[in-house]
Amino acid sequence: MAQARSRKRRIGMQIAEHATGIVASLLFLAPIVWTVLSAFKPAQESRQPPLPPWPTTGFSVENYATLNTFGDGLWLPAQNSIYVSVMTVVLSVIVSVLAGYGFSRFRFPLKNLLFVLILSTIMIPFQSILTPIFLVLTKIGLHNTLTGLVCVYVTLQLPFSIFMMRNAFDAVPREIEEAARMDGANNVTMLLRVMLPLVWPGIVTIALFAFLGAWNEFLAALVLMTDQSKFTLPIMMTALQSGRFGAIDWGAVQAGVTVMMVPCLVLFLLLQRFYIRGLMAGAVK
Amino acid sequence: MTSIAAISSPARRRKLVGAGRRQWIGLLYVAPAVALVVVFFIIPLCMTAWMSLHNWPLMGAHSFIGLDNYWAILRDTRFWNALKFTGYYTVVVTIAIFVVAFPLALFIERPRPLTGFYRTSFFMPAVIGFASASLLWSWLLNVDSGLFSPAAFELGLTEKKVNLLATFQPAFWSIIAMVVWKVAGFTMIILMTGLQSIPPDLQEAAMIDGAGPLARFRAITLPLMRRTLALALILSVAGSVLAFDQFYIILRGGPRNQTLTAVYWIFNQSFVSFKLGYGAALSMVLLVILVALSLIQLRLLRQPEGVD
Repeated sequence: MAQARSRKRRIGMQIAEHATGIVASLLFLAPIVWTVLSAFKPAQESRQPPLPPWPTTGFSVENYATLNTFGDGLWLPAQNSIYVSVMTVVLSVIVSVLAGYGFSRFRFPLKNLLFVLILSTIMIPFQSILTPIFLVLTKIGLHNTLTGLVCVYVTLQLPFSIFMMRNAFDAVPREIEEAARMDGANNVTMLLRVMLPLVWPGIVTIALFAFLGAWNEFLAALVLMTDQSKFTLPIMMTALQSGRFGAIDWGAVQAGVTVMMVPCLVLFLLLQRFYIRGLMAGAVK
Repeated sequence: MTSIAAISSPARRRKLVGAGRRQWIGLLYVAPAVALVVVFFIIPLCMTAWMSLHNWPLMGAHSFIGLDNYWAILRDTRFWNALKFTGYYTVVVTIAIFVVAFPLALFIERPRPLTGFYRTSFFMPAVIGFASASLLWSWLLNVDSGLFSPAAFELGLTEKKVNLLATFQPAFWSIIAMVVWKVAGFTMIILMTGLQSIPPDLQEAAMIDGAGPLARFRAITLPLMRRTLALALILSVAGSVLAFDQFYIILRGGPRNQTLTAVYWIFNQSFVSFKLGYGAALSMVLLVILVALSLIQLRLLRQPEGVD
């Protein structure tokens, strides 16, 4: 009797727990789902409150077409965002793999000082040095260029990604290197052929963080990209939402937000364990 | 190393010299990273300090004015108001994030069916950017085409559609809700790593000794998680002190400039009024506050954590 009752209670508990879990999940997912669904309403319907969130008068991509008529259209800022994010990924991976390898495997003067110098930049908010960054970019002729923005984003990624890569290289047993050196591998082939395959999970992690960082960054892009043709998606969408191109079209905002969110969500769902790994590495150390 | 140095046959020595040169190559590997950090971080950092001592308009010559910018800050009531608001926001939002994230972390830490789904759902808003999230919520919060006020009106909760962004209190709490929605999943994962590092036998032993869940939480979970808590706290406080995107995109600092944060004020001074020198001085103040906060919190982190 008592056993049956306690079993019933356990099942009751489990149902309550899952009910809580599902309600909480829905709360977290709702704004995202609401936007993605609403973006597919016809323009007329988009002006009404999104109740219900899905299109009731027919499925349409009108909002995306409208979005494309503002300013320089949708494709140009999207292209800018893609260029900036991809370049940030490529450059920060190259620079941090080299630096991580250097800091892990070599002993040279000032090594610890340089490592601490790079890591300590994480304590200084980049928001407080934006004006001089602007002036430096002007000085070296990268003012108002996407390449200049990439340089800034790569620098912001370095403390985290170099820390990650140094730990990744540290975890590779030295015996492997010694064996490869016996076989006559020099430094470059060692890095490319022997080490890279062993540290690639770290590379995926830093690439993912670099992409999300660059794709989502707002303030630096707002300050440094003054020419409308250089706007990234967040800047272009904020301009649209502030009414810079005339009356605010909320349907276009939903479409734009969807375009901005979907790459992040897809990448995260595909590479979730690398993302969590990165967070853990940061949290444990 | 000492064992190698002890053997000093000529062949060994030659190899050592070679190895020494090989070691220097390390500098080459780290050079690009160091160059980037120097050009785009260290130099701008020094320039901020230098510029803060100048009257520095966007166009035209700048002139050295000593500490005048800093004296001006002392009298800049709007900056102090912005700083006060930033502090208030930081305290409120950090508490709100922890109040939501801690139960979530406890919830997903225990393995059960669907845990993966729950964890992913809670975390999803954390990977979209602050700008996207702000744009999204600026729509949801819109009085005519948004979700909240029309829904409240339809449900009969309010007599007319209320503009949530028109007065301070509802506007402020809307931002808090948005930030908690966006950040709680992130804090949850950090807290979860702390929870998982607690040895399970400790909890079991306490359970056998008859400690209830609340007593176990206070006597075991909290003390053993101090380092993780401190880290989550650092990230949340630093992020909140530097808040800008959501206040710029959703509220434009309004209503009536009541939600101007410190970064927002610096942005206005530097890039709207183009008082670059004054903006640099404000930046220095913010920088000192933030570094001081990080150092205090790092001290918390350093403290040993009972069991290791």
